[in-house]
Amino acid sequence: MRVYCAVAARGLRRYSTYRAAVAAGLFTNSVFGVINAMVLLALFAARPEINGYDAEDAVTQVFVAQGLIAVVAIMGSPLELGERIRTGAVATDLLRPVSLLGWWLADDLGRAAFHLVFRGIPVFAVGAFLFDLLIPTDPWRWAAVAVSIALATLVSFALRYLYELAGFWLMDTRGVQTVAGLLGPIAAGMLLPLPLFPAGVGEVLRLLPWASIVQLPAEVFLGKDTLPGGTVLSGLAVQAGWALALFAFAAWATSRATARVVVQGG
Amino acid sequence: MPPKTTAVPARACVEPIIEAVGLGRDFTVSEGPFLRRRRRTVSAVRDVDLTVFPGEIVGYLGPNGAGKSSTMKMLTGILSPTQGRVRVTGLEPARRRTRLAARIGVVFGQRSTLWWDLPLRDSFELTRHMYRVPAADHARRLAELTALLELGPFLSTPVRQLSLGQRMRGDLTAALLHGPRLLVLDEPTIGLDVVSKSTIREFLLRLNAEEGTTILLTTHDLGDVERLCERVVVIDQGRLAYDGGLAGLRASVPSPRVLVVDLVGPAAPLTVEGARCVRVDGPRQWLELSDNPARVIAEVTRRHEVADLTLREPDIESVVAALYRRSAATAG
Repeated sequence: MRVYCAVAARGLRRYSTYRAAVAAGLFTNSVFGVINAMVLLALFAARPEINGYDAEDAVTQVFVAQGLIAVVAIMGSPLELGERIRTGAVATDLLRPVSLLGWWLADDLGRAAFHLVFRGIPVFAVGAFLFDLLIPTDPWRWAAVAVSIALATLVSFALRYLYELAGFWLMDTRGVQTVAGLLGPIAAGMLLPLPLFPAGVGEVLRLLPWASIVQLPAEVFLGKDTLPGGTVLSGLAVQAGWALALFAFAAWATSRATARVVVQGG
Repeated sequence: MPPKTTAVPARACVEPIIEAVGLGRDFTVSEGPFLRRRRRTVSAVRDVDLTVFPGEIVGYLGPNGAGKSSTMKMLTGILSPTQGRVRVTGLEPARRRTRLAARIGVVFGQRSTLWWDLPLRDSFELTRHMYRVPAADHARRLAELTALLELGPFLSTPVRQLSLGQRMRGDLTAALLHGPRLLVLDEPTIGLDVVSKSTIREFLLRLNAEEGTTILLTTHDLGDVERLCERVVVIDQGRLAYDGGLAGLRASVPSPRVLVVDLVGPAAPLTVEGARCVRVDGPRQWLELSDNPARVIAEVTRRHEVADLTLREPDIESVVAALYRRSAATAG
């Protein structure tokens, strides 16, 4: 366990050295959030309610999504695993007496913790300053939000890990990354809240694991009854279910990958 | 360092540290353009029998693509064999990879296990957690290795700023901090200057002598082999071509001794019975001997004015090259 804490601390410290990148990210997320919010306000000016969402719900979700963008990293900043598989450097990772999955999880959680504090919270604060956001007052709701963000981070990690683990079979995962980088954020509800999709499409997207990354945390934040099962607790249960299922699959795939491993390069 | 520094006991009653029988690995490769891609099986390693006992230093030699790296990967558990069986420290490497990793140290000369963005000291600290070394043992061992490998001046430098020689010494330290019984080195001196090479060689000899650490190394640097290895294993085209002592390797392939003659001035290539002039560089000439050197030397000094004479034993490089040529001829 100590080693994973040390790895997470290293992940956190590593990102803290890129200050210019943090500032640029904050600026981009804020600007994009403002544009996105204004488009949605224009939409809701024409229709006061869409599938259980009103203007305040939608704008709040925009800034929850912008706050989570760097934390769950679903739009980029891939793990280095894929690149290490492609170059064969993963050989040195496999020669360590630690679990590959645990190692990368610890590294990514360190990164996510850093981004939550230095990107997520400031971007949300910018949104709260500029717009009327629905901010929970119940302390239990805030506890649920914290759990939901943690679960979103785990689900997102497991998916990104699987994209890159595919490198053991495909040798080059850039194709997977491109497709997942495009479809992931849409299915997550990052670009547009899922209730605003045409009926049917939104329902299908809700059944996929990506919804646990942004849509469900946003609905937990808002305390919406559009959550699966209708309550915050059942929403969290769905997220936890996806996290468990994806980690089980990732652990199985890791053992398959390393059993038939072909480490590239001499 | 481990408490025991006993001498290597008699082999009959010692478990081998590496035992491979009929070890082989096939790869399936896809070739050709996208739509007419064909699959073909290539064997990288075939029928390798290798037994290494604790305390040995074994050089594993072969040209590029001979199967050295594939063998190393099978021994360390990051590649599963398709034929034969292998045990390292009593464990089956591919199935017990993480357990084995705690017992052995591995350095790939062309890949670092250190963390690019961390100071060397922090990389070692992370290594300590990984191998669960108690803090006191870690501090003592790090102090010893720091002294032996002269790491002191750059312990706080981030790895990306180290020279290749410094990085390699750092990698060796990281591989040895948990006191492994077996050290596997893949081209440990690649790209290093003479001084760095020599530091590393002397260190390895000392490690082997004082702690009885078994060392298996691949190298293209035959200086490494001559300085370090009593035993060499040569692999070519995936098969073992030689396994035995360094002296035996020389004897197995006829390669002549060379007499280097410094004349007082430039001259036409010398013609002496029992010798053949192979190279001329100003007043210096190289004569390949096929006869008793004493007689050739007497003949040369009688007929020419000689400033200096050196007799060179065949170097291991030409011996191995001859061995590769011979195994290529028998295979073809």
